[in-house]
Amino acid sequence: MPNQFDVIILGGGPAGYVAAIRAAQLGLATALVEKEKLGGVCVNIGCIPTKALLHSAYIARLLREAKEFGIEAGAVKTDYGVAMQRSRRVSDQNSKGVEFLMKKNKVTVVKGTGVLQPGKKVKVGSDSYEARKAVIVATGSRVKGLPQIGLEINKTTVISSDEALFLEQAPASMAVVGAGAVGMEFADIFHAFGTKVTLIEVLPRILPLEDAEASDALTKSYKKRGIEVLAGAKVTKANVGKDRVALDVEANGAKQKVEAAVVLMAAGRAVNTENIGLKEAGVQLNDRGFIKVDQNLQTTTPGVYAIGDVAGPPMLAHKGFREGVVVAEQVAGRRPHPIKYDNVPSVTYCHPEVASIGLTEDQCKERKLDYVVGRFPFSANGRARGTGETEGFVKIIRDKKYGEILGAHIVGSPASELIHELAVARENEYTVEEVELAIHAHPTMSEAVAEAALDSLGRAIHM
Amino acid sequence: MATTVFMEALSPTMEEGRLVKWHKREGDAVQVGETLAEVETDKAIMDLQARADGILRQVAVAEGQTVPVGKEIAVIVAPGETVGAGRGTGDEGRVAPSPAATVAAPSPAPRHSPPAAAAADAAPVKASPLARRMAKESGVDLKLLTGSGPGGRVVRRDLETAAARPAATVSASAPVAPVPPPPSPVPVSRTGAPYEDVPLTQIRKTIAKRLATSLGPVPHFFLTTEVDMERAAEARDALNRQLGDRGKVSFNDIILKATALALTKHRACNAWFQEDHIRYWNEVHIGMAVAVEDGLITPVIRNADVKPLLEIGREAGDLADKARSRRLQPHEYTGSTFSVSNLGMFDIDQFTAVINPPEAGIIAVGSIVQKPVVVDATVLPRRRMRITMSCDHRVIDGATGAGFLKTLKEMLENPLAMLL
Repeated sequence: MPNQFDVIILGGGPAGYVAAIRAAQLGLATALVEKEKLGGVCVNIGCIPTKALLHSAYIARLLREAKEFGIEAGAVKTDYGVAMQRSRRVSDQNSKGVEFLMKKNKVTVVKGTGVLQPGKKVKVGSDSYEARKAVIVATGSRVKGLPQIGLEINKTTVISSDEALFLEQAPASMAVVGAGAVGMEFADIFHAFGTKVTLIEVLPRILPLEDAEASDALTKSYKKRGIEVLAGAKVTKANVGKDRVALDVEANGAKQKVEAAVVLMAAGRAVNTENIGLKEAGVQLNDRGFIKVDQNLQTTTPGVYAIGDVAGPPMLAHKGFREGVVVAEQVAGRRPHPIKYDNVPSVTYCHPEVASIGLTEDQCKERKLDYVVGRFPFSANGRARGTGETEGFVKIIRDKKYGEILGAHIVGSPASELIHELAVARENEYTVEEVELAIHAHPTMSEAVAEAALDSLGRAIHM
Repeated sequence: MATTVFMEALSPTMEEGRLVKWHKREGDAVQVGETLAEVETDKAIMDLQARADGILRQVAVAEGQTVPVGKEIAVIVAPGETVGAGRGTGDEGRVAPSPAATVAAPSPAPRHSPPAAAAADAAPVKASPLARRMAKESGVDLKLLTGSGPGGRVVRRDLETAAARPAATVSASAPVAPVPPPPSPVPVSRTGAPYEDVPLTQIRKTIAKRLATSLGPVPHFFLTTEVDMERAAEARDALNRQLGDRGKVSFNDIILKATALALTKHRACNAWFQEDHIRYWNEVHIGMAVAVEDGLITPVIRNADVKPLLEIGREAGDLADKARSRRLQPHEYTGSTFSVSNLGMFDIDQFTAVINPPEAGIIAVGSIVQKPVVVDATVLPRRRMRITMSCDHRVIDGATGAGFLKTLKEMLENPLAMLL
């Protein structure tokens, strides 16, 4: 039987390719089925190219402010097309990197769409494959529009991130619907490339899942640089023209019109559960449309697992990474450490960045926890003053009695990097005292983390 | 290098031990494997063995004293070696050093040469800082917890689990009780004190804890049936006549065997409730409640379903003797999948027994008495016996338990059915 493997994985995104590598490391004969480029949304049309574009945006902003630092760069000219081409090269490099990793680990990559069959079998086109141990479904998710109000993605005037990443030039104006991570990041990018951006969020504040203080800080920062921010704003009607879209927006009882050359839909994602034979194989979905899994990520069909976006939120690459590792280890007969879903960091890479882990202050209140908040603003941090990156703060919420770190929220240019100190702390159950006891180099922005820990104990030094 | 002698967990449930007798004295030479002392656990009296060669020093626990598991009780040093000064005898400062304490008391040791005495200290308990803090606040001894974190590290979850079953943890500061007098069946005296306070013995403490984890948290229900023992009695008489001096079969042996066989047909009752899963056993190990001085213990007859009656009888006798002399080894009283408690010899007609967790069931066997019974429209004297089954409703439902009991009843009423 040439088409027999120990493990067959559907989908070569972050969850799938990591599961494949780990399974192969553990000596399992592994096949990975992917219809497009390896790396999935993350590498090709998600995390990686947007970070490349965000850095272009950052450089543009930096150059505009360079005079203050003693550098004259003349009139700053931006070209989204060039930035886009660079981001494509970065994506391709990363996708090739995943290809290399598959080869290195002797994972068989099958091109095509894998369709589950009963009995741990997978069909790709007319070829049949059989898994001896497990089939892992990691088919991911895709952007979705809001067809119910006339905002169906038409790829010209109503686009998703998929199209935004391939635009040859920045549009004159753009309405971004949805102010989660994706909306925030694209608003940042296009604004830096000269687009007039209106950010529309239906929930009462932008970055609705983050701590309210983070939302406030970003609202201020965006408004200050000229991005229009409409929170608590509902798009009631959309008039999609040939080269313009007019939106009726209702915010706080008041109606207004937003016109833009392009509408970018950044309001949610749909999981890819169709036409992959789930039903036929007995794999059930839950009431929210995700694949139903138990605590071992096994679906309702024994021997079939689901990981990554299809297995439920948070829809984050690093959550998929970990699920891939854990399922591969389980299938190989190991007993991996269970995933702590309450310790998955969440990061938005706009400028300033927003990163968090654990509970928000509102959640602490809802749960009636006895907590203390410690804060430290970057405006009081020496290193931040030096670089001019004084926007933002570190906020640590600790349990009053034991000092457990209940949640941490960072707004600031290196927030995505700083959050991991607190991820390590929480994973190992360090209290604020252990965080503070670790000596932080001076001058660094990390000092703000130690200071916020100290502040929660009522004894910040530099404030 | 010095080796610390700890009070060791000599039984799976032991949390503290009473030092009955030192076999070695301060200054005696000892060798690995030699008995240092006899320790009364919650179940039996066990030998505490030396884990290093050397001289016994710093004997910190007197005979009769009770100390928690993990407590240092002595040190074995190399000949001529002295034990570093300032070594605490207890575990204070090692159980839960708070971060603050770490700062307040920087080690005076030079940077590159760890002092020898430090090496004498056993490995500290692996626990997260948060767990240490919570343990300190709530007075829980981390050593008594099983860590579920990476590498067996004690984490918050373990403390929360422990808090949920308070009986399983014992404060490090549990009072060190003097040796209690063996409570014998003393007749009530009208003279003297109006009452007598008797400290709990180790076994009584364990019984208290174990039973409190049973009837409280385990949702019991009870099923009673009356069994006609006429044919079982005839079979027993016939077997014993044939055996002659080679042995005797008791009713209890027959009941144990029938129970084991009935369980093979009702695996649903041969199970352990394990918090997030139920373990259905494919082997049948019958726990047999034995009354001992000041308590009870349930030694286990392993694979009772496949053992001949005579062997069950012999094993039951041996185990009961060992239990009474408190010489049962841990493997002889752990791992039962179902239990039998028989008070027939005490003329008890019927009673209910408390489940021995994690098992899901136990049967309580009453005495065999002659009763008038209607058989084929005639009143006849028949030997009858009542059996009451206690079931953990999380595992066994009414009909499930009833099905098992019916099979057991059929086997006892027609012992030939055991051959089926």
